[in-house]
Amino acid sequence: MPSVKILCPTGHLSFTPLEKGSFLLGCEQKPDFIIADAGSCDMGPRPLGADQHVSLETWQRQDLEIMLLKSRELGVPMIVGSASDTGTDRGVDQFVRLIADIAREHKLAPFKLAAIYAEIPVADLKRRQSAGTVIYGLDGRADADPSVLDRTTRAVAVMNAEPIRAALCAGADVVIAGRSSDCALFAAPLLEAGLSPAVSYYAGKLMECASFCAEPFMGKESILGRIEGEEVYVTAMHPGQRCTPASIASHAMYERTNPYREYVAGGYVDMSQCVYTQVDPKTTRATGATFVADSSIKVKLEGAGLVGHRRLAVVGIRDPQTISLIDKAIDWAKGKLAERFGPVGQGYDVFYHLYGRNAVMEELDPAPDLKPHELGIVVEAIDKDPARAQEICALAARNLFYARLPEVKGTAGTAALMSDEILIGEPGYEWTLNHVIEVKTAMELFRVRHLIVEGGAAKEAA
Amino acid sequence: MAATRLRELASTIRSKNAGVDHITFDVIFRERANFERVRDSGVLAEAKIPALFNLDPKRITHYCVFEPANAIKFTIRRLKPSGSPGERDVFGSQQYAPLFDVQVP
Repeated sequence: MPSVKILCPTGHLSFTPLEKGSFLLGCEQKPDFIIADAGSCDMGPRPLGADQHVSLETWQRQDLEIMLLKSRELGVPMIVGSASDTGTDRGVDQFVRLIADIAREHKLAPFKLAAIYAEIPVADLKRRQSAGTVIYGLDGRADADPSVLDRTTRAVAVMNAEPIRAALCAGADVVIAGRSSDCALFAAPLLEAGLSPAVSYYAGKLMECASFCAEPFMGKESILGRIEGEEVYVTAMHPGQRCTPASIASHAMYERTNPYREYVAGGYVDMSQCVYTQVDPKTTRATGATFVADSSIKVKLEGAGLVGHRRLAVVGIRDPQTISLIDKAIDWAKGKLAERFGPVGQGYDVFYHLYGRNAVMEELDPAPDLKPHELGIVVEAIDKDPARAQEICALAARNLFYARLPEVKGTAGTAALMSDEILIGEPGYEWTLNHVIEVKTAMELFRVRHLIVEGGAAKEAA
Repeated sequence: MAATRLRELASTIRSKNAGVDHITFDVIFRERANFERVRDSGVLAEAKIPALFNLDPKRITHYCVFEPANAIKFTIRRLKPSGSPGERDVFGSQQYAPLFDVQVP
């Protein structure tokens, strides 16, 4: 019966730096693989749309260095997925460059690296759509029509285990994958070892966020998974953490709609019959997952599109009369915008974030309309044209200053401008694609490059 | 038994993105007895959620009593995807506060 040990040091590589102490303790347990995911949709659509990383390169380099040096010292493969936050081709190339730099700096012996690309040109999606491929909506979204693709700036496909298995099969010592299903990073070597899809994907689901599946709450600490037959043993590596049935089960439901199912291309893991048992103070055994195969392979697509340029202003209000009439003041300011630019929401947009009232929850906030003693307002304007966004934001903010309200005594200005300036925000993006398309094989949308890292460079393998 | 606020019974009350179109809420209990008390009281029944969040019931897409984790879980649809212009909580991580003061008989 195969038994495989996987060390996972972080749930999102370099979003903040990983904690080295528990990682080194994990390495003493002689893992067979060192695996971490490096991406997420949590930061919103801009990183993908603008193709930027949100993790600092200094931290990316530091985390990759810690993993690479131990992986080479132990002689075990290292797998990193969703490279550089977005898993775009830029992210994969950036991580390959960092790996080559680290290898040169530490004079590492030559090793094999597989780079797997997951970006899919919007033009390619348009061609597929024109040829009749349906881009099915997820999570209640409608199927994508051509206008959805027109609004998409950049898209990635989310790989399942197969491309990573292909890389491992070819002898890769280091795998740098583009956008990947988190659990697929872990499932790939387990499937290669002959374990079942059920236990392989299930182990990935439990391990993908590293120490988030342990208690008490700590991020960026290592956990060790031992997978034997249909059993997953998860152990916290930090001296102060433990994996308990409660911590593992509550992680199984984390950031997902359905706690019983983990969907991957080609099926889902059914976790409804899972049983969690404490086997030693730091380790919980999880069993009972089954895999329900789909008759077709559907690959998830993520896409982001540029909405416009953003400008921001910060305005404070202390006059209790103005605070109680803030909705009227905003309506007045929007009216002035409409006189000049047409109705708000048509071709441009303005948002007043009312910190102190309901900026955080807006329509979901059940709190009674408490009268804060002061109100902080972030004015957000968005327009396709940066100069117009600037003008809209200035007018939207300054007209709070000039709002005409009944019974206001402070006739020298109804708002305090923190500074009479307009801040340049990052451009605004939206998630345009949260969809799936059917493919013939799980490899179809992904490209694997086999490289040799030697003397500080990554070259194509012969 | 005197009424108690949910924050005194649950060990975890959290909200978080579940994909880019949803926010999911987890209420987790360390003590099985507290979990059963809240579950059986019905104060977090699916039909009670809309009033807690000024919410159109149609926006609740999933509701689940998750026994293995002593947890109650529900998921709501966002009005627009996370991180769109005008967005107020990109991670969906600060939407749970109204659950704290739910009175549990």
